[in-house]
Amino acid sequence: MVDAMFLGIAVLTIVSAIAALEMRSLVYSGIALMGMLGGVAGFFILLDSPFVALFQVAVYVGSIAVLILFTIMLVKRELIFHKKEDSRRRYAGIGLMLTIMISMGALIFDSGLSSITTDEPAVDYRLIGEDFLIYYWPALVAMALVLSGAITGAMVLARRQDEVKDEQRTD
Amino acid sequence: MSNELIDFVIVSVALLAIGIYGLSVKRNFIRMLFAVEIVINAANLNLVAFARYLPHSGGQTFALFSIAIAAAEVAVGLALIIIAYRMYKNVDVADFRSLKG
Repeated sequence: MVDAMFLGIAVLTIVSAIAALEMRSLVYSGIALMGMLGGVAGFFILLDSPFVALFQVAVYVGSIAVLILFTIMLVKRELIFHKKEDSRRRYAGIGLMLTIMISMGALIFDSGLSSITTDEPAVDYRLIGEDFLIYYWPALVAMALVLSGAITGAMVLARRQDEVKDEQRTD
Repeated sequence: MSNELIDFVIVSVALLAIGIYGLSVKRNFIRMLFAVEIVINAANLNLVAFARYLPHSGGQTFALFSIAIAAAEVAVGLALIIIAYRMYKNVDVADFRSLKG
């Protein structure tokens, strides 16, 4: 049986996810996406995982959503409100969504997941630190390298090419 | 805990389906990035839910890895949006044709 808090967060998350894709203005879509990410952080708190929830708020709601909002502001105003969609494609997409929901939902209800509850205490977050530093430290180092590579790559990609041409012209 | 594992998994499936709908219908690059974020969050929710009900710390560890990699993916995706907008003056993926064979 679900409690009221779970229901509230579930409604917030799913409505925000739909709003993020369907709202006319991209700025409001970005704000709805922040609501969805915050809702997922709420689920993490319900699941007794405050460390992951903290990380979710810091990385997703704090930085990624703000980065997306700034990118939207860089795009021309008419493109922000512009929505070009094929209605047949849209109906096909809704059909695909319902098919996935119904088929996977039926599969999940049919499986043994419906009877799983727990009364055991939550995992201590110190264990996550042990996992990171003892078992998965090569993955942690690789992740750090991937992150720094991605940030450098993003900066190189987004750099304006015409500045180089201007410098060459002055030479 | 009064909630069961299946409640979280159902929410996760709903988010996954919404994300796939967005990926298949939307033509705006930024909205497609939103859809990818929704799918990634559905996966993270699943990982943490199973970690709580096993209980095992591995799911939370992998969720943290996933969040960090998603941050890198968004940074590169937004840089691609900026460069594509500069080239085509548009964010519609149907107009990005320079790699079309």
